[in-house]
Amino acid sequence: MNIKSSRRDFLKGSLATGAMLVIGLNSDGVLAAGTADATLNPFVKISSDGSLTVILKHFEMGQGTSTGLTTLIAEELDVEWDKVQTEFAPADVSKYANLMMGMQGTGGSTSIANSYLQYRKAGAAAREVLIRAAADKWGVAPSDIRIEKGILKAGNKSAHFGEVIAEAAKLTPSAEPTLKKSSDFKLIGNTRIHRKDHISKTNGKAIFALDVKVPGMVYVVILHKPQFGAKLKSFDASKAKNIEGFIDAKALPTNEGVAVYANSTWNALQAREAIVADWDLSKAEMRSSDQMFNDATALLDNPAYSVRGDREEARKGNMSAAKKLDIEFRLPFLAHAPMEPQNCVIEPTKTGVIVHDGCQMPTLVQQMVADILQLKTENVLVNTVYAGGSFGRRANPTSDYVTEAAMAFSLLGGKTPVKLVWSREDDIHAGYFRPLAVHKVSVGLDNQGTIVGWDHRIASKSIMKGTFLEAMAVQNNIDNSSTEGCADTGYEIPSMSVGLSDFITPVTALWWRSVGHSVTGIVMEVTMDMAAKAAGEDPVDFRLKMLPGNTPAQKRMANVLKMAADKADWKKPLPAGWGRGIAVHESFGSFVAEVIEISTKGDDIKIERVVCAVDCGLIINPDVVTAQIESGVGYGLGAAMRNQISFTDGIIDQSNFPDYEPLRIADIGKIDVYQVKSDEAPSGIGEPGVPPSGPALINAIADATGKRVTYLPLSENGVNFA
Amino acid sequence: MNYKIKINGTTKEVDVAPGTPLLWVIRDSLDLTGTKFGCGVASCGACTVHVDGSPVRSCQTFIEDVSDQEIITIEGIDGKVAHEVQKAWQELDVVQCGYCQSGQIMSAIGLLSETPKPTDENIDDYMSGNACRCATYQRIRAAIHLASKNLEG
Ligand code: FES
Ligand code: FES
Repeated sequence: MNIKSSRRDFLKGSLATGAMLVIGLNSDGVLAAGTADATLNPFVKISSDGSLTVILKHFEMGQGTSTGLTTLIAEELDVEWDKVQTEFAPADVSKYANLMMGMQGTGGSTSIANSYLQYRKAGAAAREVLIRAAADKWGVAPSDIRIEKGILKAGNKSAHFGEVIAEAAKLTPSAEPTLKKSSDFKLIGNTRIHRKDHISKTNGKAIFALDVKVPGMVYVVILHKPQFGAKLKSFDASKAKNIEGFIDAKALPTNEGVAVYANSTWNALQAREAIVADWDLSKAEMRSSDQMFNDATALLDNPAYSVRGDREEARKGNMSAAKKLDIEFRLPFLAHAPMEPQNCVIEPTKTGVIVHDGCQMPTLVQQMVADILQLKTENVLVNTVYAGGSFGRRANPTSDYVTEAAMAFSLLGGKTPVKLVWSREDDIHAGYFRPLAVHKVSVGLDNQGTIVGWDHRIASKSIMKGTFLEAMAVQNNIDNSSTEGCADTGYEIPSMSVGLSDFITPVTALWWRSVGHSVTGIVMEVTMDMAAKAAGEDPVDFRLKMLPGNTPAQKRMANVLKMAADKADWKKPLPAGWGRGIAVHESFGSFVAEVIEISTKGDDIKIERVVCAVDCGLIINPDVVTAQIESGVGYGLGAAMRNQISFTDGIIDQSNFPDYEPLRIADIGKIDVYQVKSDEAPSGIGEPGVPPSGPALINAIADATGKRVTYLPLSENGVNFA
Repeated sequence: MNYKIKINGTTKEVDVAPGTPLLWVIRDSLDLTGTKFGCGVASCGACTVHVDGSPVRSCQTFIEDVSDQEIITIEGIDGKVAHEVQKAWQELDVVQCGYCQSGQIMSAIGLLSETPKPTDENIDDYMSGNACRCATYQRIRAAIHLASKNLEG
């Protein structure tokens, strides 16, 4: 269960245990074979009993990557699926980097996309050396050997992998091992294989960071600043001394909070309640939400940066247009609210520490912790465990909660293991929100229903500016994450101009499942729907007109749009009081269209059915793809329906699930997911289900009620849900 | 202070502050970590355990409230209903991050024990206190129906 076994499992990864074949990258980054004590960081481990363990360079937050990566290696090795084990990789950027990021980490829906060939090659290399070793042993040609259910066979000879690993470890695999033909796939594309975590997550045995307990550990919670930008002046812990189990309270060196230590989580939470702190608010955000929105809106008149097109041209087009639309969208800050509130354990070792964490960015965590504790990076080990959701939150340029834990560990003397626990209130208040955004879109149509002017202005808090990612993600002052999915839309809109201004606030911002697309999907697809209506055209036909197939992206977008419409019986009349809306969006290389049907009863709206069509290239695990679309739809809809982080005098109005109400089971009916068969390179799936969900709902509400809501969340803007 | 607690068929003694929620007794004192913390205010269901056979939110149940009661956590569930629920969850690959799922399963066992053949509406009503941020709801509904069917046969 906790402590000891999880530590032992972790150490197993780095200790030499003799009889084991490992396939991984050597120091030149070339695939190589060796024994457990070879200086290889493996993707594949085969032990003397023949069993296979796949090492996962990406963490598992529910998105199914532990299943996907394992499928790739198990496929090449022809082993029995249920017998394959998995293990999270240690932190080592030289071996386990995300090839699309240049550091070890998970995000941007890249896990399968960047690992697809790397993991298949590792599996194929293992297959090759195992077969060559068996061929030598038996005196037969490698081509005479086949693998069935993890057993090497030739004529009447057979052996499990463990019987040839000693010989296999001495062989050098070819640099480009032969990959299986796709016509021979048994696991890739298989709809019947189960998730690797489907048992441990149904019997309470799966270990999350909150479950880690090490001997002598103390618990720490943080009394956080009340407003963004506030700094601690002083605090009084005298009343906390009466709380059972209270150990100590210390100001964080950043002056952004007080670390409160106790002998249990509950006692630490109680002691925190008893502490009184005084804050310097001179640089704090003190505005309320209305003021923030008004300030952001004021930035739209003269955009600071021109992102696309010529604004004067777009406005000229609009002036001569037969019909004009002026639409303003207001989208609030959003918390990620993963089910497991952020937490981690820091445990001392002889030379440094181990961080036990549902770790999304091992490279960053290593650097941040090494920095705070004045350690060599390699002496910060990371034990990655399951993460109870993330939706982007655990990947943080400042590694915020791990940093807090490291400071708390250090403040206590650096010898006592600490477990940092955030309450749900900490999670809702801690910032790193999906940024607030205001969009103004002016669209002009001629008498044929053709768009002749599209003047689009955005004000949003930049996610990337001021972080170490700025150099990479910001060009000409333009933070791509504020405009992605809009300025680079797949639609053919020659007259489109896009301008951007940065909304400035100390409230911290972060990528929230689908990042900029979580905003632009709504803006673009609601605007499209309104333009179709203004043109008097069917929303599907209108969009298809602007997807003439000039680019591969346009073809794929049009294809999922038609597929979703078709599967949803788009043109079939609905019962009285019902409505239907559609949206399509490209993100992370994938294309998703969604049709939402709603019913109304009096003033109340109910989501009855969602029909989705997805094209994410080659599909490794069809059921994981379906699950991720279901999940993305639910995540996007819950937020659009009722979630916002709002402020009164700089203080967040929400604090826990009762006022940051998650989507509930009764909120949503059936979700049908249809997949496009494709041989394109695999692209993202964890995020692309989100962007079309909100706009499809908004469009369905307009269809049913005639009411078009462009301020979110819907529940705060005149829409009731049953 | 010392308290006796009957959990998963055995009696244990724990030393905790008066008023400590059962959740933290289970997790921090007894090291039964399958029961999760999600909100602390009875709003998410991640902490659901059975007290005398009925699902309750352990974050709002206090150590003093359970002096004589039988507590069962996800680690201690047993019997036909529990078995079929877990099997259905596995068969349909309900879990994603998995963090809410102990609580979902504890509630689903409660539902099927009371209502062996629930309608969608029964399920939506009974399970509405169990949030899933990964939105696995459609599979939860399907898994409850599947378990119900298998219990019949
Ligand atoms: S932790 Fe008890 S209901 Fe959320
Ligand atoms: S499976 Fe992640 S919260 Fe339910």
